[in-house]
Parts: sequence; structure tokens; C-alpha cells
Amino acid sequence: MSSVTLDHVTKRFGTAKGVEDVHIQIRSGEFFTFLGPSGCGKTTTLRMIAGFYFPTEGRIRFGENDVTTLPPNMRNTGMVFQNYALFPHMTVFENIAFGLQVRKLSKSEIKERVERIQRLVHLEGYGERRIDQLSGGQQQRVALARALVIEPQILLLDEPLSNLDAKLREETRFEIKRLQVELGITTIYVTHDQAEAMAMSDRVMVMQGGQVQQIGTPSEIYHQPVNRFVASFIGETNLLEGTVTRIEGGEVDVRLSPDVVVTGLAKNASPACQPRVGEKLTLSVRPELVKEWEGEETENLLRGRILLSEFTGACVNYITQAGPIQLRSMLINLGRSVKQRGDEITLLLPKESIYLIG
Amino acid sequence: MKAELHKQSPAPARRRLALMSSPSFIYVLVSPLYVILLAYVIYPLYETFLASMKIEEKFSFANYARFFSLEHTANLEALWTSLYISVLSVITCGIVGVTMAFLLERYEFPGRRILSVLALVPMALPPLIGVLSFTFLYGESGIIPRALKELFQLEQVPFSLKGVGGVLVVHTFTMYTYFYMTASAAIKGLDPSLEEAAASLGASRFTIWRRVILPMLTPAMVASSLLVFMIAMASYTAPLIFGIDRTMTMQIYLSRTNGDLDMAATQSTILSVVSILFLLLMRWYQGARNYQNLSKGISVHRTEITSKLGKYVSMVLSFIGTIVLMLPILVLVLISFSVNSTWTIQVLPPEYTVQHYIDLFTDSKTWRPIANSLQLSAIATIGIIIFGVAAAYVMVRLPIRGKTLLDVLIMLPWALPGTVVAINLIAAFSQPNVFSFGQVLIGSFWIIPLAYFVRHLPLVFRSTSATLMQMDGSVEEAARNLGASWWYSFRRVVFPMAFGGVLAGALLAFVQCIGEFVASILIFTPSTTPLSVAIFQRMYNFEFGTACAYGVLQIIVIIIVLFLSQKLAGDKANTAV
Ligand SMILES: Nc1ncnc2c1ncn2[C@@H]1O[C@H](COP(=O)(O)OP(=O)(O)O)[C@@H](O)[C@H]1O
Ligand SMILES: [Mg+2]
Repeated sequence: MSSVTLDHVTKRFGTAKGVEDVHIQIRSGEFFTFLGPSGCGKTTTLRMIAGFYFPTEGRIRFGENDVTTLPPNMRNTGMVFQNYALFPHMTVFENIAFGLQVRKLSKSEIKERVERIQRLVHLEGYGERRIDQLSGGQQQRVALARALVIEPQILLLDEPLSNLDAKLREETRFEIKRLQVELGITTIYVTHDQAEAMAMSDRVMVMQGGQVQQIGTPSEIYHQPVNRFVASFIGETNLLEGTVTRIEGGEVDVRLSPDVVVTGLAKNASPACQPRVGEKLTLSVRPELVKEWEGEETENLLRGRILLSEFTGACVNYITQAGPIQLRSMLINLGRSVKQRGDEITLLLPKESIYLIG
Repeated sequence: MKAELHKQSPAPARRRLALMSSPSFIYVLVSPLYVILLAYVIYPLYETFLASMKIEEKFSFANYARFFSLEHTANLEALWTSLYISVLSVITCGIVGVTMAFLLERYEFPGRRILSVLALVPMALPPLIGVLSFTFLYGESGIIPRALKELFQLEQVPFSLKGVGGVLVVHTFTMYTYFYMTASAAIKGLDPSLEEAAASLGASRFTIWRRVILPMLTPAMVASSLLVFMIAMASYTAPLIFGIDRTMTMQIYLSRTNGDLDMAATQSTILSVVSILFLLLMRWYQGARNYQNLSKGISVHRTEITSKLGKYVSMVLSFIGTIVLMLPILVLVLISFSVNSTWTIQVLPPEYTVQHYIDLFTDSKTWRPIANSLQLSAIATIGIIIFGVAAAYVMVRLPIRGKTLLDVLIMLPWALPGTVVAINLIAAFSQPNVFSFGQVLIGSFWIIPLAYFVRHLPLVFRSTSATLMQMDGSVEEAARNLGASWWYSFRRVVFPMAFGGVLAGALLAFVQCIGEFVASILIFTPSTTPLSVAIFQRMYNFEFGTACAYGVLQIIVIIIVLFLSQKLAGDKANTAV
């Protein structure tokens, strides 16, 4: 197992930009995810680690080894491609054995290791099948087995679940995570699905337009997004804009509309955020942290009418129009009656649930 | 454990790797392709040009003045004849090909299936064989005119193929397939709902034709016209057999046999210019054409012919069509069994034997040209495979600049008439030089394989790049990722996956080499006489039986190979022809 360092790596394609100044250190044994919308440079970064592109600037190291311009076949990484890239003219066994044959292992050892990995990914008895005789999920597992059997220093996965149907996706997600934990292998995972990233990763790198936006644990990027993009890309949120009217005693007052002022805590702020009186500020409030309020008058209350009411069983989702503000809320179903479109509602934004983005 | 090994890899190895990963290293790798094209395509073309411009070591336009001279107009007449034969060929091929495509794709009538298979028969006839069977059938002493004369007790044969008319009929028969194939593909792709939409908007049948169907077919028609024009310009065998001396290709042949090499070079250069212009025109047009059918997977419904009269007429017509298409092959088979030199004034050959077929494989003198052709073609095909696979890989997979140039250079020898290719090689390799490794190639064994190689260069290239383009690039990357060196992954992954395409192209190249006549006749040596030249020689010795037995053998090989390559690569291989 090996750590991976990307030291200020930039990749340009002619004049078109791929990725800009990626600087990360992935720890040995870590499950690290590149997350971002399509075209943001995830694959480009992954392919530089695999050796299919060489960086325009910067260095790449596996542990202490500088591999920046090492050809892909000498890196000992195992890659699972988005479309699996299985060899169509070989059987399942031959596909998995390919990397071992390249390494000139003896016939008996190849057989033993292939069979071991087949058991691990639940493909026992499929050795003689041709690739086109397998289902999508099975092909995916062959691709995984083929990458794992060479005991790579690093496992690279490029949107491995995107070609599977919803149910299989869930199943395979657990499977990949189980294998990773069992083998303790350094894993770099590429996806555009934030739920997938949150569920599987030790740390996530959020990217957009070739730029790294934030690196952190799932909880960090969820609760402390550094900018609007990260806040809105990860999960759902209410982004509220207003003007700072008061900063005092660790509290920040923000006027959202002529008759609504909310108070947040100065410590709940992204590192770049420096609120100043009289300046604009964006707040993020997660829908599940908004509360319905039926008590007496207090701070941070919003009154409005319900535009959309959605009953999902465990929760009730409302979109409420309060003056110029639209607010999403997700309330746990406590057995109270569900409000309908047009009904009045009072919502509370708890102080500690307001996050100042900047 | 692998990582440990890498850690200790010595510094020079690292430096070598760094050198190989530099972006310009790729150009070092692909340079052999360019060198081969330079040596065997560009340099011979250049030498010919030089020969046309040089008189006694001085530059002069005298040869061109001679060509365009208004006093001795043989050359200008030849240019004019070539041009108008080509234009007329385009027109007749277009009419026959498109009509057949429409009838066979749009109507259901008795005999349609068999006709649509037979419509491709002319593709199985090598040029020389096609012309010969036509003269046997419809020539002045041909079977049909004589039979009619006997039947109706005429003084003279009622008609016969000769002169320009003969050339045109042969061109139409052998080249209409280019129109037929593109037109049927285009008609198959026509979405019937377009016509229905036009009809529902109030368009009459005629308006639908004029405004919808014909415009949609135009790109296919223009492409085929350019192709047929080029092939007709390059046609050599038909004018040779029908004795039309005043065509460009014949003039080149005559200048060469009369030893007027300067003039041959001049004529070649002018014909090359015309061919290259057409190649560029074709490429440009294919890039610019933009009618794409948006809907997919709709098959055209055929109109069934229901009226009694229509049924009879169509039955008779398809019967005639079948006969016309089959006759050339049938007559070859018939004559291949006739005793040599016995068929003089009779309608049909009077005496029959199977001796020619036995001779093919037992008489060493008869077997010799077959062995020669197999050997020469095999050598050329190996070269075509190596070059074609490498060039296709470079074209599809490597991120280099100048791909258009490479593509044009590879297609160039295909666009040049065989006669011109031969003259170019004569100009370049009559004296030793670097590209011939200090040897005089003319008169040696190697000149014919070289000519075949140059002429059929694009076949494997085309079929292989088509296959590679359909192959997902990440499969090769997966192999590299698993530790395979470039060569290992090429051997175990890329090549096996492209194998069908390679083989299809190679088989096609092989039969084209076996049937090659036009360049061979100018450069063959007595010890390496290829099959097609032997057929020609036998004809002139009135050994019709042996000549036709050779021809039948060629046709059998070609049909087998066409069938195999169709199986291997679907329709992909045909894009090369
Ligand atoms: N080989 C290439 N040549 C030119 N541009 C490329 C190439 N590969 C990727 N790009 C560009 O780099 C950007 C990032 O692409 P990619 O890494 O594939 O995005 P992602 O995987 O996040 O969807 C895109 O704008 C893409 O157009
Ligand atoms: Mg991608």
C-alpha cells in the first residue's frame, strides 16, 4: 500500500484547461474520492495518477517514489474503467489472469490467485464464460477482480457504478467498500454522485471547472462548506442572501428582507468568511435543520404560506414562501397533521444551524 | 514487490524512460511510415515528373509542348477520348446502378432475391477477365452475334461490341456496382415517414421525388460519380482489348513500349494531376456532405407488384437480368473446357476437354504463372499488412499532428492509375538508389511485389482503422494499467481484437494482387510472369481454353475470399474498395 502525493499538479490540453493546481496528499489505506459535476477534471486527474496523461506542471509521488513520467505499465496501479474495458476476446479467467501473465507468474500460482480473487468477488465457476455472456454487475466484478488480483499499490475507480441499475449500484457500493476495508488498499474513487461519495469515503475532494474547491471528510464538506458551490452541490440547502446589520458577542445579525433579520453564530463560518457590518453575506441552512414553530414569539422566525407540500412517510417536505424568501424544510413526521398548499406556517432557523458562507 | 524493483531501477533507465515519454518521441516512432511513403509513392512520382521536365539534362517544357501540340494531336485526342469516355461511363453506370437499386430496394417481384445477389457479380471479375468474357460473348466473333446470324440466316453479324461503344458497355457492366451499392445503402436509409410526411403535406408523387428523394440521394450519387470517373480514367484493359489507342492509359503504354520514356513520363504526370485532383475533390466532398438521416432502424417497405401484366413483365425482366449477369461467368466456364485453337468460325467451341484444369496443377509450364502470382501476391500482402496495421494504429490511436497528410499519402497510390504507378516505379528504380538499397529493381523479381504493394496499400489500412475505431480505447489502457508493455498489449489485446478487420483487408488485397494486370503488363519479367499477364499471352496465342481456365480459377478464389471477408468484417471491408 502506498500514499499518493499530487504536488501542485496542472494539466492543460493545448490551450484548453484540464485541471489547475491540484495539491493533495492521500494517506496509505485511505478511501479518497474525487467528486464534482461532469467535465470538472476528475478523470483527467485520475488518469495522471494512472500514467495515461503526464502533468503539464507539478509532480506525482507514490510514497517516496516520483512517478510523474513513469509509463502506466510500470506503476502497479489497478484501474477500473467506467465502461469496464474488459478484453472481449478473452474469457473471465483470461481477463483476470492477464496482469499476472504480464508479471510472468507460474501457471499454478496464476490459477490459485485468480481463483482466490474469484471467490472474493463471488464469481466462482464463471472462469470459462465469455465476457458478453455476463450481466452488467458481473462484468463490473470481473473488472474489479482484474484490477485487484495484481495486488496494486493503489486502486483507481472511475465512476464504476454509473453503468449499473439503481439496486445493483447500492449492492456494488457495499461490495467495493467491503473489499477496500478488507484489503486495506489505498483507493481513489471518482464519482459525480455526492450521496455515493458521502457514503463511502474517508475524505472527499470537491472539484469544479478544473479547480479544487474543498478537501475534507464527508462531515466537514457537508457541515462546513467553503463556498456556495460546495454547499449546494453536497446535499440540499437553502442559500439565503442578506446584509450584515450587527456583529456583537459572537453573534451576527443578517437582514434577509425589510422585515426579516436572522441571527447566526460567528464561529459557524467558512474559513474565508469575514462578515462586516453593512456588507453582503450568504447563509446556508440545511432543510432538515429547519423547525416548525408553534410556541411564542422568538428570534429567527419566518412566517409564510406553503407553496408545495410533499409527504414522504418519514418526513414532510415543505417549500414555504415568506415574503421574498423561499425556504425548503424537511420535518420529521411526528404524527401531526400534514399542512397543505396555501396553509400558513411559522418556521424557526435555529442559531446554531445557520452557516455563514461569505 | 514490484514497487521495490522500481525503486532500485538505475538512473540511465530512468533517463531513457523520460526520453521515450517526451512528446516528440512519437514522431520518431511513426517516421518509418513516412519514409516508406516517401520512398515508394512520392519519390517515384517526383522522378517521373523530373523525367518529363528534363531533356538531355536540361530543364525544358518541350515534352509538354509536344503533348499539347496542335500539329500532332494524338495526345490531345487521347486526353479528350479519356475524358469523354469517363463522363459517358459515369452517366451509363449511374442510370443502370440507380435504377437497379430502386427496383431491387423498393419493389417486391418474383426473382428479386436472386437478382440482388447477382447484382454484385461484376465485382468478382478481375478487369482483364471481364473484358475477355465480353469479347467472347458480344465481340465480332462472339457467341451471341454469331448465334443470331445463324438463327436468322444473315449475311453479317447483326451487332457486335467494338470501339468506344465496346469500352462503354464493359465499363457499365463492371462499374455500375459502385452506384448500385451506394444508392441501395442510401435508399435503405431513407425513412419512409419522410415521404409520408411530404404526401400528407399535399406533395404529389413527382414533387416527392424531386424535392425529397433525389436531394437525399445526391451525396451518394456525387461520391459514386467521382469514383467512377476516376476508375474510368484509369481504365486500361478495356481500351487495350477493344483497340482504342487514343486514351491516356494506352498512350502511356505505347510510349513506354516504343521506348519514348520522356513522353510516357509526361503523359503519366498529366494523368496523375487529374487523378490527384479527383482524389482531393472526393475527400473534400466527403467531408462536406451533410445529409444524415436522423431516424434509425426503419426498413423500407417494398411495394409489391400485384397486377398480372406487371408480374409477367417483371418476371421476364428479372430472367433477362439474371442471364446477362451470369453469362460472362458461364461463358468463361464453357470456354475453359474447349480444346485450344479449335474454336474458329463456329458459334460455340466444337471440342471439349478437362485437360486445361489438369494442366493447371500438373503441367509445370502452366502451373508456373499461378505459383508466381501466389508468391508475388503473398509477399506484397505481407508488406501491405505490416504497413496497413501500423498506419491504422497511428491514425486511430496516436495523438500526432499531420494525420490528414498521412491519410492523403496513403490514398494517393490508390487514386493513381496502375499504368502511372508502373511508369513511376520505372522512372525511380531503373537505376540504383538508397530506397532500392543500391539495386536496380526494374527487371528484378522485386519490382512486381513492390508495385502490388503500392497499388493496394490502403486496403488493410482502411479495414483495420474501421475496426480500431469501433474498439474502445480504454481496453488498451486497461492492459497497460495491468502492467503490459506497449508491445505486449498490442500483441495480446489490440491485434487480436482488430484481427477480423486485418484479415478482411488482407484477403481483399491478396485477390486484388492476384488479379492485377495493368501495372504487371508494363513491368513483368519473363521469369516472374504473373497469372494475369499469362492469361493475356495465352489469349494472343489462341489458347482460349487455358486462358479461361486461369480466369475461372481466379474467379473461384475471389468469390471465396469476398465471402470470407464479408463474414469477417461485415460491410467494413467494402469501404476500402
Ligand atoms: N484528451 C483531452 N483533450 C482535450 N481536452 C480534454 C481531454 N481530456 C479531457 N479534456 C477536457 O478536460 C476537462 C475535464 O475532463 P474530464 O477530466 O474528463 O472530466 P470529468 O471526468 O470530471 O467529467 C473537460 O473540459 C474536457 O473537455
Ligand atoms: Mg470522467
